[in-house]
Amino acid sequence: MIAFELAEAVLLGILLVTAVAITRARSLFVAAMLGGLFSLVTASLFVLLDAVDVAFTEAAVGAGISTVLFITALALTNSREATTPRRRVVPAGLVAVLATAGLIYASLDLPRVGDPESPVQTHPITETYLKESQDDLHIPNTVTGVLASYRGYDTLGEVVVIFTAGVGVLLLMLGPRRPADEARDQAYLQAEYRVLRVVSKTLMPFILLFALYVLLHGEFGPGGGFQAGVIFGAGFILYTLMFGLGAVQRVLPMRTLVILGPIGVLLFAGVGLSTMALGGGFLDYNELNPGNPSSGQVTGILLIEIGVGLTVAAVMVAMFYALVRRGVRR
Amino acid sequence: MTVLDVASGVLLLAGSVFAVTGGVGLLRFPDFYTRTHAVGLMDSVGATLILTGLVLQAPDLASAVRLVLIVIFLLITSPTATHALAHAARNDGVRVWAEPEDKQR
Repeated sequence: MIAFELAEAVLLGILLVTAVAITRARSLFVAAMLGGLFSLVTASLFVLLDAVDVAFTEAAVGAGISTVLFITALALTNSREATTPRRRVVPAGLVAVLATAGLIYASLDLPRVGDPESPVQTHPITETYLKESQDDLHIPNTVTGVLASYRGYDTLGEVVVIFTAGVGVLLLMLGPRRPADEARDQAYLQAEYRVLRVVSKTLMPFILLFALYVLLHGEFGPGGGFQAGVIFGAGFILYTLMFGLGAVQRVLPMRTLVILGPIGVLLFAGVGLSTMALGGGFLDYNELNPGNPSSGQVTGILLIEIGVGLTVAAVMVAMFYALVRRGVRR
Repeated sequence: MTVLDVASGVLLLAGSVFAVTGGVGLLRFPDFYTRTHAVGLMDSVGATLILTGLVLQAPDLASAVRLVLIVIFLLITSPTATHALAHAARNDGVRVWAEPEDKQR
């Protein structure tokens, strides 16, 4: 117990120092890298609290892909933070102090970590989901059961949010293209980063295989469509960084991504509509196999996880392509 | 206290020594390249020793195999990351530290 509290205190300390360092960093590249560190420490905290699914997402999205997207975006803009005018420092500081005080005051009402008397532990709904979901769904990982089946609506909403964000970024980045000079890019990459190229080429199949494992294994272990999509996207982003946009677009062109993104959302919503057509409610997977509801649940969850994975991967890679090929008017 | 426990304890201790010296090196070494060297040791040797120590403590075969896979992954990626850092720094024109000649100051 002491070891647990010590580990938690150390991680929270690192988190605090990182947060202060982010606010003090004037170079936005430094801030982006520290943001990645912040996410990684947060993910470790989630692991300590046994929330491995959330930790997985935080590590993959926060520490992995969003850091890369931030840095790619910074390459297009000014990477120094503008200095705040003095007359704005005092009111902004006041707002920050008041907000912090409010949050600390609110945190006094929170139950202690692991308190057996907290509402989360005593409320009957916890028992309902943990016990009955095993009888209803037969899915060992309750998190996947809750996200994909009980809360299927919410997850569909989240996928639509990601899709909308992707559409927004693509529309914003439609502007002037960077003049493509593939020969120069290739010559540069070949001369400079030979070790990185060999290693990333070797790792590429394993990254994609791991993404598939995370996608198909989400019912039993941590992971699912969301994390799998991010890992899949990260694989292609790594390949782009090492071999250039031209090489990767021969395998996965932007046109394909623009098609795959909506297909994921439509697959998810389509499963919902088919269960309605079969006579059940929206996303009521039992209808997929009326004779054996738990097999229907497994099928439905697998289908929507594939939909989530498709959309997430397509949106991540498409945003990265859009940022990389956008030219700058100087 | 079996032989395995002793072996894994020795490995864990050795790994921790590398981790601590790596941290000290990061703070104390004079320039970017020497610091990269310290962190590289912590990343590759320290992490490998600690994970190998944990393999000996693994409760079942499945965990042991996973840990070995992580060791292999780290042995490939962390030297690559160190190399990439140092390479990028050299491209950027970061100078290699040299003993200051003027010792009086």
